[in-house]
This record gives sequence, structure tokens and C-alpha cells, in this order.
Amino acid sequence: MSRGRGRRSGRSRLPVKQGPQILRIFINNEWHESKSGKKFATYNPSTLEKICEVEEGDKLDVDKAVEAAHAAFQRGSPWRRLDALGRGWLLHQLADLVERDRAILATLETMDTGKPFLHAFFIDLEGCIKTLRYFAGWADKIQGRTIPTDDNVVCFTRHEPIGVCGAITPWNFPLLMLVWKLAPALCCGNTIVVKPAEQTPLTALYLGSLIKEVGFPPGVVNIVPGFGPTVGAAISSHPHISKIAFTGSTEVGKLVKEAASRSNLKRVTLELGGKNPCIVCADADLDLAVECAHQGVFFNQGQCCTAASRVFVEEQIYPEFVRRSVEYAKKRPIGDPFDIRTEQGPQIDQKQFDKILDLIESGKKEGAKLECGGSAMEDRGLFIKPTVFSEVTDTMRIAKEEIFGPVQPILKFKNIEEVIKRANSLEYGLTAAVFTKNLDKALKLASALESGTVWINCYNAIYAQAPFGGFKMSGNGREL
Amino acid sequence: MQIKIHHKLTSFSLLKLIYDLFLQTTWGSSLLCVICIPSLLCVICIPRVFPSFARLLFPSIQSHPSRMQSSGPLVSLSWIFINNEWHNSVSGKKFPVFNPATEEKICEVEEGDKEDIDKAVKAARQAFQIGSPWRTMNASERGRLIYKLADLIERDRLLLATMESINGGKLFSNSYTLDLGGCVATLRYCAAYLSTNDCVFYFPDGNFFGYTRHEPIGVCGQIIPWNFPLFMFIWKIGPALCCGNTVVVKPAEQTPLTALHVASLIQEAGFPPGVVNIVPGYGPTAGAAISSHMDIDKVAFTGSTEVGKMIKEAAGKSNLKRVTLELGGKSPFIVFADSDLDSAVEVAHQALFYHQGQCCIAASRLFVEESIYDEFVRRSVERAKKYVLGNPLTPGVSQGPQIDKKQYEKILDLIESGKKEGAKLECGGGPWGNKGFFIQPTVFSNVTDEMRIAKEEIFGPVQQIMKFKSLDDVIKRANNTHYGLAAGIFTKDIDKAITVSSALQAGTVWVNCYSVVSPQCPFGGFKMSGNGRELGEYGLQEYTEVKMVTMKISQKNS
Repeated sequence: MSRGRGRRSGRSRLPVKQGPQILRIFINNEWHESKSGKKFATYNPSTLEKICEVEEGDKLDVDKAVEAAHAAFQRGSPWRRLDALGRGWLLHQLADLVERDRAILATLETMDTGKPFLHAFFIDLEGCIKTLRYFAGWADKIQGRTIPTDDNVVCFTRHEPIGVCGAITPWNFPLLMLVWKLAPALCCGNTIVVKPAEQTPLTALYLGSLIKEVGFPPGVVNIVPGFGPTVGAAISSHPHISKIAFTGSTEVGKLVKEAASRSNLKRVTLELGGKNPCIVCADADLDLAVECAHQGVFFNQGQCCTAASRVFVEEQIYPEFVRRSVEYAKKRPIGDPFDIRTEQGPQIDQKQFDKILDLIESGKKEGAKLECGGSAMEDRGLFIKPTVFSEVTDTMRIAKEEIFGPVQPILKFKNIEEVIKRANSLEYGLTAAVFTKNLDKALKLASALESGTVWINCYNAIYAQAPFGGFKMSGNGREL
Repeated sequence: MQIKIHHKLTSFSLLKLIYDLFLQTTWGSSLLCVICIPSLLCVICIPRVFPSFARLLFPSIQSHPSRMQSSGPLVSLSWIFINNEWHNSVSGKKFPVFNPATEEKICEVEEGDKEDIDKAVKAARQAFQIGSPWRTMNASERGRLIYKLADLIERDRLLLATMESINGGKLFSNSYTLDLGGCVATLRYCAAYLSTNDCVFYFPDGNFFGYTRHEPIGVCGQIIPWNFPLFMFIWKIGPALCCGNTVVVKPAEQTPLTALHVASLIQEAGFPPGVVNIVPGYGPTAGAAISSHMDIDKVAFTGSTEVGKMIKEAAGKSNLKRVTLELGGKSPFIVFADSDLDSAVEVAHQALFYHQGQCCIAASRLFVEESIYDEFVRRSVERAKKYVLGNPLTPGVSQGPQIDKKQYEKILDLIESGKKEGAKLECGGGPWGNKGFFIQPTVFSNVTDEMRIAKEEIFGPVQQIMKFKSLDDVIKRANNTHYGLAAGIFTKDIDKAITVSSALQAGTVWVNCYSVVSPQCPFGGFKMSGNGRELGEYGLQEYTEVKMVTMKISQKNS
């Protein structure tokens, strides 16, 4: 960490022309201080330096934000009277501004999360812009149906906005996940109260300034930075929030749904954890499979709910697959996320870092074969070496628990029926991938896997046009 | 197949009822006679023509195992239905089922509890396994089974309608035409939908090709209310089976009989074992076991908002099962001065008094525009006074009993609160008769928004008539509740009709009509009246899990 501190600390200055005013709570298109007067610090995980302090929201601030969102949703308000085409146009313009400030947003994202700058710039920001434009196009195409019924009645449906929507976003793709929630909510005419993750509030707040600049009516978007047990809990149990969308852990997802039930039966959508099987059949294009499986698990430091964290490889190609995967992992460049060669940055915080190392230790203890990595980088804060385990069996913790780190457990399978059963044996069901050239196998596995998304001969192929969400305890409902 | 030898169903009360009916009927007085009399002849003279009705009346027929085997599938009314077999409860307990018109016990039914639910879930899970007969069945064949079930229900329509009336206190004419008609129509809608439920194809950016599969969710737990015991049962199982799920159903403890009879029809239609399982029992035991079960993938519930919250909470605590809820309502019915008054009075009346007010959509806040208020109240009272209360099987009777003592007392308490809080009692206002849970049709005028009768769901024959002055005022007042199930508007002005129907926070808005519920239309609540929709394509979606399959292809656009 000592090395290059001077170089990096230069980047810890906020590259933001609006100045420090955006480090506040965004309500009614205005920047507010927290009611409690408290602030919290946000850190750069690659240097462990404090970037800045942000006003810390709590229940009272959520109340204020909900009041604003509620007022903006009242019958006859500017937002409710805005034409659908007008809503779409605002979203298009927001996409334009995000594109204009793409470098700034990508820089903020990299500072706050430690993800490689090029990934932030090309993947996260690209996703944000495309998602905004996709939903901008939908705004005036949300149609009800005319339904032929018995008797002399005319029956039609109206697809109305739900009301004030709460959104709780995670720290792994802070801006992208926010846009995933914001864009469809606004497209359909809702108003929204957002809590960005406490680790990564900066891009959300910057987006607040763009929302104001575009000219969304006050109160339509409100952003309350803060912590889960305070702001998050206040949102999930608020009696005037009509819907909550949450992306995060299964554990917290359960709390959110419970609070929603206890309070006012608000509608709930959840995108939760995964322990996603990636099945490589012997007839697969091995180069493609090894690379996709590698990127599938190591992308974003392994901090993806879609991470390919159970790789099932057919027996006869197992040794070769492991050999090539290890080769890939060993070559993965780790370092300063602003360095354009870097593929892997630090983990988000100490808690995650400790949890991942603990799981790596469990893998060693439970008899998996450590092929490479297996520890932290000696000289730097939260960096973990890309780790590959072979000879992993289904009962080991690393084959059952979500790791959320750069750890690839590779398992062996003998036949299709067996691998279907094993792949489906967990309570998660977010994504799955299949590598094979055989059409019949591909379609059979695609049908049999209990998973909201199945990728065939690809990975992380996520597009605004395609629905995304989990079976079983990986979630409720779909996004996009 | 497990055969139950002892059958304690004493259908004496039932026989007596039909006997009474026989005596009271004046020949040719109504359509009911035409329906009932031949059936009585069938029942009494030729039991083989009407085997299930006969067994209902003469339980001794089925208490002899040898005869049961010879007379085809066992029909039972009092056991737990798992894996197409009849089971005793694990605990050995039973619970009594009553006729609310006479307060007499009809029979005893095996009381399911957690262990029975576990057994049922195991069967349902087994039936849902990859490769099972149900999972490998073609959609067209699933459709055929559902059609067949509809046909069988139509065959036994008279029996089922009679059971529904005896057990639910429901007017026979209503159960025969509306409930049973609705059941058959709903099943046929679902059966027909199967051939149109398709995949959606996508061409995302990049060289990919994708499609969505709309897969069954898995084992669905379904908890049914007592106000439309069979109809709501069909609303739940129809879409679930259509989409390929398996189900574990708990009928209401007050009214389990018709669901159990349909169980025998499900078996007769040829559904594979384990696809439909029915566990009669109570909410805090069997219902709670369903909502918190770790191996149930979805729970659908129709009932009170209070219990709905508990169910969703239990779903959150256990395994995040998907939840759809159809809950309470305090539905506004708005009559503008320009409406057809005759029609408005009659529809508003039916909207509230239908089935003794025991409907979640009951129009229990009637807002009438100032200028026609007095006349509207006068005519409504006149209409309410026309009621003939009595045994729901008797022709000419227009109002039956409330379902049970608890509801009965709750309604009377709310009526008292209305009197105390200053509403003007126009007619009714108390209990009726000396046997059965009857309440006089009651109309209150001069009701204001803060009175309990204007805020709480009454679920009884109590009509609240309020006054309003302006359109904006009535919209605000109509929306000022945490319920949002249904609403009615009466006006001839198209502008008013569209403005108000857009502004009302309600899952269903009826304009110049009410209670028009058909299987093609989605039904469900805004706000605390529910989550999700039932029926229509929207309802079917609630029984599928969407899977996105994306494939790499070498070149998308050639």
C-alpha cells in the first residue's frame, strides 16, 4: 500500500465540477444535510484512503424523501400529467448526460469500488446508457389490453404506475444497478427513493445532479445515502412506499420481504445471491469454455451475483480444463485499477476480504486441491490472488456458499443426469451456463436447470432487452 | 389406495333438508323445482345413476369395502387427499363442519396439520420431479385433463351446488348458476390457454440469440376462503395446473366439502398422483405450515389482509417463496346524479348484498351525489326491505345465513357501532330468526368517512350510503383507504367515467356495472388489498417462472 500512494492519492480528489454539495441527501431536486447532522466516510478500497464524507441519512431523512416522492406522485402533479413520450424523452436526455460525463462517472466508480477503470468505462457505463435508452423507448409503449369477455361489457386494462418505489442498490455495480432500478420505475411513471450502498454512494449522487440538470420534476427521484439497518430498514417498512426493489444478499432480501409484509404489503422484487453452475461438456469448444468460465468467476473481482462459482467439468476433459484455467488465473493482472493493463482490483472492504479468505481456508482444510492463489497479495490492502481449486466436491463450503471473491472451484461430473441433479441441488437459482456443441444437450440442460438465466456457450450475456432474475431463493420477480 | 372404513358423516340433517325442500316446494313455482325434483328422484330411486350424490346421502354404501371396489373410484368427503389417495390425519384428529342455516353438524372431516402438509408436499414434489409423468406430459394433454375436469364438474353440478349451499349458506340458485358456472368457465379458459402459452424470442445486442421459457414454479401452496369455497378453489388450481405446477390446497375449515368432492373428480379425470393434494384444516396449523414450508415454491392466498400479512412474512422468513394475495376491500361505489337511477340502485344493492355481503369486492362504501342522495336512499331501503330470509335451499328465499358465529357477531358489533357513531339506521339493524346466523338486511344513511362502518370491512349485509359534492372530493375520499380492490362508477358522462376510473386506486373498476368477474380478466388489488393478479393472462403469469436462455451464435444478422 505504501508503494505509489502519492500517485494514487492524486486521484482521491473528487473529479466533480459541482463541488462538495453533491455529497448530500438529494430530495426534491435539492441537496440537504442529514437531519441527525451525521456524516459517513467513503473509502477507496485500492488505497484504503478516505475519499470524502457524505451526509448520513436515517429514518427521518427517508420520511422527508418519501414525502417529496409522494407529493410528486399526487394526482395532477407535473410528473403525473407529463405525457409518456415526455417521460421517455427525459430518460433519453439523462442517457445523453451520462454519456457526456461518462469518464467522470467511470472515474468515480473506480475510486469508490476499486473496479478496473476500463471495465467501469466500457462495461458499467455502457450498460447504464443502453438501459436508460432501452427504457426511454418503452415509456410510450406500455399498453393495456382489451379483453373479450362474456356479456355486454367492454373490458380493458390500464398499466398504471405503482406509486412511490423504494430502491436499495448494492456496491458491486453501484451505478448500473441503480439505473436498472431507476429506469424502469421512471419509464412507467413511478417516483423513487433510492438508497445507494454505503460503500459506494458517489456515482448515485452524481447521477442526482444529472437528474436535476435534465429537468425531472422535483421529488421524482430522491437519493438518501446511508446504512442498511437505518435507511434500508426505513424504506422496507415505510407505510407510504408502495413497492421495494432490492439487490443484495439472500439474507437481507428475506428481511426486506418480511418488513414489506409487516408494514403495508408493498410489492417486492428481489435480486439476490447465486452459486451459479457453469457446466462444461466434453464436446465443448475448450478455449471458449475455459475463457468464459474464467471471466465468469473472476470478473469484477468475483463480486458478481452471477459469478460462475461452481464449474462442473466432464470427466475426460477435467485435467486439461483445470490446467488451462490455472494458466489463465496466473496470468490475470492485478493492481491499480486505473492502470489500463489491470484486470483485477481490490475487494470492496475488509469484511468481504476476511470472508473470502476464510472460505479459501475452508477449501484447503476440507481437502480441495489448491491449484494457484489462495491468499492475499502480500504488500497491498484488499487484494486477493486469483485462486483456483480443483477436486472440489459438493459438500465443501466453497461449493455451497456464495464466495463473492476471485475463487474458482472446479468440480467433476460423469453424465448429464447427474450434473443436472447436482447443479439444481442448492437453494439458489440465479444463472447457469452450459458449454457444448451438441444442440440436444444444450436445450435439454437449458430446460432442466432451475435458473432464471441460462447461457449457452457464453457468459454474463446480460442485455437490457432480456429479463434477469432468480428462481428459488435467488430472488423474486424480474428486472429489465 | 388407502380405504377408510369408518365414515361418521351423518347426512341425516342433509336428508331432512332435502325432505323439507320437497314439502315446501310448490310445483312449478320456480326453476329450482325443475332442477331439484328430478334430482331427488334420481337420488332416492336410482343411486347408481348418481353415485356420488347417493354416497353423500347414504354413507353406508361406501362403508363396505367390497362394494367400494366394485363401484369404481372411492368417493369420500371427509379425508385428506394426497397422491390421489384418501388418508386419515396423522394426528388422528377430526373437525366438525356445520350448516350455517341450521347450526347443525353436517359431518366430521380429518384435520390436517403440519405432518399432513409435509406428506402432501412430498407427494407434490415427487410429482414435479424432472421426468415425472406430469413434467413430461404434453401441454395439450394437460389441457385435455383440465377440460375433462370441467366436464366432470358440470356432470356433478347439481350435487356440488347443493353441497355448497348446505355448507356455505349460499343461495342454491347462486351456487348453481354463478359459482358452478364460474368454475366450469374458469377451467375451460385455463385449459384453452395451454395451446397459446408460448415462448418469447429475443435478439439482444451482439451475436446472440435468446428465448424465454415460461416454466412452472413448482409446488404451489394454496389457501382458499369460505365465501366462494369451490369457485376460489378453481381460481387457484386452474391456473396452477394450466402452467404445469403441482399444488397443495387447504380449503377453509368452515367449507371443505366441495373441494374434497372435486378431489374425487381430479382422480377420475386421470391427473397423475401428487399433482393435486388437498389438506383440510385450520389456518394457524395447516395454513401456517404451508406458508412457512421450505419446499413450497409459491403460496397463493385469498382471505383477510391481516392473515395475508402473516403469510407473506412467513414466506419471507422461510424460503422467499413467491406470494400472491387476494385480500380485503372496502370498495367505493360512486353514483353520479346523471346516472340511470334504477340501474344504479339495483346494481349497488346487489354489489353489497350478494351472498349476504360476504364478498371481498362488496361495494361497502356507497358515495351518492348530493342532488339524488335522498331519492337514492329511499329506493335502496325499499329494495333492501324486499328480502326474504331463510334456508338457502328453499325457493323464493333471497338471503341466507352468515357463515359462522364469529362473523355473525362481528357484523352485529359493527352495526351497533354505526348506530352509536350517529349514522341513520334506515332498515334492518339486527339478527333475524331464532336459528342459524341470519342478519337483517341493513341500510345506513348519513354515514361519514370516519365512522367504523365506513372504514372497516364488514363482510355482512350492511350498506353504507354517503353523500358527495364534487368529483375531486369523491376521488380523494374513495382513495383514502389502505384497501384498493374494486370500485364502481355510475354515470352516463364518458368524461367522468374515464377521469374517475383512471384516478381510482383499485385493481378493478366497473363502470355502470358491478361484480363482472370473468376468467379472461385479471383480478386483484392495489395497496393492501393484495399482491399480484388472478385470472387472465396476467394471472397465469403468476404461476410461471421466466427463464431467459441466451445462446452464442456465430452471426446474428447475415
